[in-house]
Amino acid sequence: MAVREKFEYELHSAQEQLITLSTMAIDALDKSMKALIAHDIDKALQVIDNDANINRLEEELNDQVILLIAKQSPVATDLRRLIVTIKVASDMERVGDYAVNIAKETIRIGQQDLLEPINKIQRMHELATSMLRQGIDALIEEDVEKAKEIADLDDEVDDLYGEAIRLLFQHSAQEPEKLSQVTQLAFVCRYMERSADYATNIAEQLFYLVRGRHYDLNK
Amino acid sequence: MNTATIKTKIDTAQPATSVEQAEKESVYSTRQLNLWYGNNHALKNIDLEIGENEVTAIIGPSGCGKSTYLKTLNRMVELVPSVKTSGEIHYRGRNIFDSSYGVEELRTRVGMVFQKPNPFPKSIYDNIAYGPRIHGIKNKKILDEIVEKSLRGAAIWDEVKDRLNENAYGISGGQQQRICIARTLAIEPDVILMDEPTSALDPISTLKIEELVQELKEQYSIIIVTHNMQQAARISDKTAFFLNGEVIEYDRTDTIFSNPADKRTEDYISGRFG
Repeated sequence: MAVREKFEYELHSAQEQLITLSTMAIDALDKSMKALIAHDIDKALQVIDNDANINRLEEELNDQVILLIAKQSPVATDLRRLIVTIKVASDMERVGDYAVNIAKETIRIGQQDLLEPINKIQRMHELATSMLRQGIDALIEEDVEKAKEIADLDDEVDDLYGEAIRLLFQHSAQEPEKLSQVTQLAFVCRYMERSADYATNIAEQLFYLVRGRHYDLNK
Repeated sequence: MNTATIKTKIDTAQPATSVEQAEKESVYSTRQLNLWYGNNHALKNIDLEIGENEVTAIIGPSGCGKSTYLKTLNRMVELVPSVKTSGEIHYRGRNIFDSSYGVEELRTRVGMVFQKPNPFPKSIYDNIAYGPRIHGIKNKKILDEIVEKSLRGAAIWDEVKDRLNENAYGISGGQQQRICIARTLAIEPDVILMDEPTSALDPISTLKIEELVQELKEQYSIIIVTHNMQQAARISDKTAFFLNGEVIEYDRTDTIFSNPADKRTEDYISGRFG
């Protein structure tokens, strides 16, 4: 195989690995929310157990990319593509960690009835997972237009986050005995909001990849 | 925030890399240079400004005209009988093609180092003293000073100071190449042209020459033709990409290797052709 073809092949393989990693992380986030809503402790435990696979995949992908950089000395778009791959992989690994955190909160909450802002948290979750999926699709297709929409959705997530936290504080004032669940759900809110921010990061990375310039879409 | 706002934010954002350094004075201004070897149109409408105290790298696939361009800068290309040129090359404000411009005068100001080390079959000392002697310097003390200064300038003094009377053929290729650089420095040039100066050297000697180029640019303007992309990226301030006798892109080296404007440049530096 010609050197350039081998590079293309290995680059493609790193990108496939990134898709697998991202799918696993987004699925974990999805599963952790389902476990929370259904009070499903077994499901929550599965999310925690599976995180080691996500972490391992991210390490493998890092090694693969570092080797490719060392062997091929890529420049310009090729180099950016590799750097973006490891940065996005690191973000997706973090999303997997948030799923684990949500699973742990699920176990702590146990069979208590969930407080009303859970509807807003569910909506945040829908938006965050859809943004992450769209981010990965945009990145793979290198579709800048698709990436722009993600920043719009992030504003909606931020608004929901503000509303949910305000409602949770109201609960803590009215029902002090629910303080512990208020804290746990506030953390879940935070994890969802951060996950959505990572989707925006992916959009920024895509801009960097395509245009070679840095943009801040989180402002 | 709506999509239009995002778009504005994206399109107006100033990336960190847009900070341009102040342009340095040009030592060479090439204007609409064309060159033919017989019927072969080897250089086409070249416009290039070469900055003072900078390293300018010229890259491009074999046969793209980069060595021809380099040899035009000291009019060495005129040694080829069928050569014809049009356009202008101004060195320090004077057109080097003017009939009043003496080629010897030009070559005293513009030194050249070649791909293969080419010391004279003489002692190390005589290699360095050759140029100054031609220019009429006979005083031994002055010649000694020039030899030491030039060898120090080429970062090889410590390696050869105890064997100055030995034949220059007896040292390694990397050392020979630095002797050739010292020989160039001995006539105190303004510009040094380097035609693939490390392509015949091992990695350690290459590194030494690259470090030397970095030091020399403090005092000289250097134009280097290289096939080694990483070398161009490491040591040059500006890079010109030549293809089929044309300058496709000329920009700061950081830009050429991180975000080139022309797809052909990107394809070449990424190894898609050449």
